[in-house]
This record gives sequence, structure tokens and C-alpha cells, in this order.
Amino acid sequence: MPGLEDLYREIILDHYRNPRNRGEIESPPATIVEGHNPLCGDEITLHLLIADGVVSDVKTAGQGCSISQSSASMMTQAVIGRPVNEARAIIHRFKHMMSIEDHVHDEHLESPPLGDLEALQGVVKFPVRIKCAVLAWNTLAQALDESGV
Amino acid sequence: MINLETIRKDFPFLERSIDGRRVIYLDSANTSQKPNQVIDAMSAFMRDAYAPINRSAYRMAAAATDAYEGARAKIATFVNAPSADEVVFSRNATEALNLFAQGWSRARLSPGDAVVLTHMEHHANVVPWQMMAAERGIELRWIPLTDDGHLDLTDLDRLLDGAKVLSFTAMSNVLGTLNPVRLLCDAAHQAGAIAMVDACQSVPHSVTDVVAMGADLCAFSAHKMLGPSGIGALWGRSEILEALPPLLGGGNMIDDVRLDRFTCAPVPAKFEAGTPAIVEAIGFGAAIDYLSSIGMAEIRRHEMDLTRYALDSLTERFGSDITIHGPANVEERGGVISFAFRDLHPHDVSQVLDEKNVCVRAGHHCAKPLMRQMGANATVRASMYLYNDRSDVDALCEGLAGANDIFGF
Repeated sequence: MPGLEDLYREIILDHYRNPRNRGEIESPPATIVEGHNPLCGDEITLHLLIADGVVSDVKTAGQGCSISQSSASMMTQAVIGRPVNEARAIIHRFKHMMSIEDHVHDEHLESPPLGDLEALQGVVKFPVRIKCAVLAWNTLAQALDESGV
Repeated sequence: MINLETIRKDFPFLERSIDGRRVIYLDSANTSQKPNQVIDAMSAFMRDAYAPINRSAYRMAAAATDAYEGARAKIATFVNAPSADEVVFSRNATEALNLFAQGWSRARLSPGDAVVLTHMEHHANVVPWQMMAAERGIELRWIPLTDDGHLDLTDLDRLLDGAKVLSFTAMSNVLGTLNPVRLLCDAAHQAGAIAMVDACQSVPHSVTDVVAMGADLCAFSAHKMLGPSGIGALWGRSEILEALPPLLGGGNMIDDVRLDRFTCAPVPAKFEAGTPAIVEAIGFGAAIDYLSSIGMAEIRRHEMDLTRYALDSLTERFGSDITIHGPANVEERGGVISFAFRDLHPHDVSQVLDEKNVCVRAGHHCAKPLMRQMGANATVRASMYLYNDRSDVDALCEGLAGANDIFGF
């Protein structure tokens, strides 16, 4: 069994203890989407604000484990300020890292680096936790779809 | 007294070790481990005696039919059913609950009829009724909970007034609460309602007497009581099973079939369409033999002792860092201990425990309405059975202490 240190990296615990971009954004104009992990009962409410084709703000609320919460926290940092197409590219890249999606290479768009999110690489060694890590990302993808951009 | 040393040797899973450490199995409310007696009975049947049941004339087939029906008779005796014909094999307790909920709702309930459930039900006793509420316009009423995890029976008479069915769990799979089954069944009958008991948490752990319970129907699963997965049972009073339509149509469940109609076989064959889980029935019977050889009263005594030890150990060691849900008195609860540990998410607690080979359930335990009542979205649950001992509880405590190192308390 891989060691717990592969899973609970310091940067993950930091985001878990001090989650970034927690809260709500008034709707409208924000799009609100709820995500559920049916296995463990974790819930996330994601607020997405898009302005001029750019993800201008994302906030998350809800309860979850260290992996789901830190993943959501790092995700907000990674996508805020990015054009929508780049945000989508980061989602694909992250899901690829979680080994649940083939990376679709778009030669016109180099996905921005994942940065801190690379710390979640270790989750792949604990397959039951992959769903925790991608909950926020699936919710963001749904919010992007629903916001109609 | 239960001889733990002998019992543990019967369970090959408990002899296993991973990374040089033994496995601590505390997830029996989820599903139980299997003794060699069950494993051997099933493999011997497959190796030496496997044949179809109820349809072929050769001796091997007749012997297989006898074995299958023998298992049914063992189950009937085990729960003190008046007749083996009142025991229907199902896939599990969930299917047994669906069999009644769907069949009775479609055949006997009209729009506006009320069915009473409780806030501590497993999804298996919630969703089938919600499906029928949507399909048949049935009204669902709910018995609420007290703060200490019991059913709040203050308004029971009002809730049951005019109700057609009361369906409830004998023991909460989250809180461990043992409900007053006889009282509830009597109250249902006084109101003219049928009493259905989800007994899949109680039958594996204590003496069951469906007559003394005063129930009309009772569902349970083999896999929670040392038997294989894929088989369970619905016991029902014969008048009710006679009036209950089948859920599945097919072979074995018919008396006659013509192009324009069919007639049903008598109970219980009426409910057992298709080739059933024959090997699993043999295993179910072997599990009942095993439990009976030890004695259900002995098992209950052992689990009460162990539950008391676990509640004391966890509280003494972790104090206000642990919140244990459900009744504090072991007379009022089974060996299911759900808890919150510090502000750690149950998934993280379970992950840390897993590194010590301590197997617990983390999640909503298929009881999301109850979890919402408790204000949690998940708990850690350690659940015990006849093969657990104090060293398992000690390992749980050690594992929890290890969470400190990782999460920096």
C-alpha cells in the first residue's frame, strides 16, 4: 500500500485547513451548481461568475474530506482570472492527471500548468479517493456548461 | 461464553495479514465475514451436488431441491416462523422490502393512503416507498427522532391514524438503536395498518422470533449473518403473502400459462421466478447452522460486552474529541458505533485507519435523511460481530490516535 504521505501532502493539508475562495456570490449574475459524491455524502455548492469570457470569480461552500476540500480550494486559485477555454483545458488536464480522462491535446491551446494541483497526483494511488478529488471539478464543468459560455 | 479463539479460527479472512499486520474487521453492519463452514458447504454443493431445483425428475435434482428447501426450513426455524412456506428467498433485504412495498402499493393501496416510515430508515426502506408515492399517490408520514437517537413516539397514534402500512427498522444501521418492535407492531395493528420490519441489522445479532415481534412481514439478508451475498429472505404471514402479487414473472412462479393468461404458483414459489440463488441458499443454511451452534443469546451477550468496552475505551481515551451517536446504554443498542472524530472528515479517518488495516465504514451509510437530521454528511462507523474481540477495539483506538500525527493535532 502506498504511504499516507503520498496522499496527505503538506500543501493539501494547508488548503484543507485554510480553504481559499470559500463562500458565495450573489446569483444572478453568478451561476450556482450543486455537486454530490453519492458514495460518501459530500456536497459542494459552487458559485461561478464569468465576465467577458473570463472566469472572474469562483466560490465554493459545503462539507467534504481533506482531499475534496483542498482540491476545490486549489481549483479556484487555478481558474480565477483565466479565459473560459483555458479553464476548461485545466479541467481536462486535472482529470487526465486523475487518470479518468484522456488528455485531448489542443495544439491551439496549451493548458496552463497545474502548479500546486500537482500535489494531488498521489490521490491516483488511492483509487477510492479519486471521486473526492474530482467532485469540485465536475461541478465547475457543469457550472461552465450551465452559464452558457 | 463465546470461545473467541475457536471462532476466529473459523474465519479465514481474520487470519489474513496485510503488510505483516493482521486485519481488524469492524464493518460487519455493512457485510459480515464468512466462516469455513459456509465456504465449504457452498463449494461442496457446487462440487458434488449441484443440480437444478423444482423441475427435473432425476435423483440429483431431487436432492438439490431438498437441500434448497432444507435451507428455507432452517431459516424458518431460526426466526420462529410458523411455516417454512412463509419464508420467501429474495436477493437481499432490499429486494424483500421492494417486493412488499411495490407489490402491496400497486395491489392494495390507493391514492391518498398513508404509509408511515421513520427518520432512521436505510434507503432500502425509503426509496421503494418514495417510488410508490410517485407512482400511486401514496402519502408518506415520518416518525421523528429524539435527541438521544431513539424514535420519538409522542405523536405515534396521530401518525398511524388511518395509515395502511408501518414499515420500520428493528435496529438503526447508523445509530445502533434497537427499536421497540413489539410496541410498534401492536400500535400499527391497533390502527389497522400492516407492520413491516426491516430486520437486517437485528436478525444477525440477536434471537429473532417473528411471532413474538408481532410483525406481519420481516426482511433480512444472508450476507450480514455469515452467509453469502446475493440471497436474503422475506418472512410474511401467509394471508399477506397470499394477497401480495409477485414482482417478477417467469419460470417457477407459475401454476399455468396460456397465451392470454397465467396463474401463480402457491407461496413462496410465486415470488421466486427463475433459477434462484441455489448455492447461496445452501450457504445461507450453513450460516444459520453456524450461528445456532453458538447461540444467538450468547452472541448478543458478547456484542453487548464488547460494545460497552468500545464505548468506554473511546470515551476515556478521546474525551471531547469524539462524539458517539446513538444511545449510550448498551441494552438499547447493537454493536454499531457511529462517531465523529475531532473535526476530521470520516473519509480521512477511514483512510488513516486503513493504513493500520482497521476496516470501518465512512460515509452516509445509505441513510441520508438520517444524516441530515444529525447535521452530518457522513460518520465513521465501527461495527462488531461475534468474531471481534477487545484487541480489535484497542486497534481502533490506536488507529484514531495515529490521525493526530497526520493532521497535526
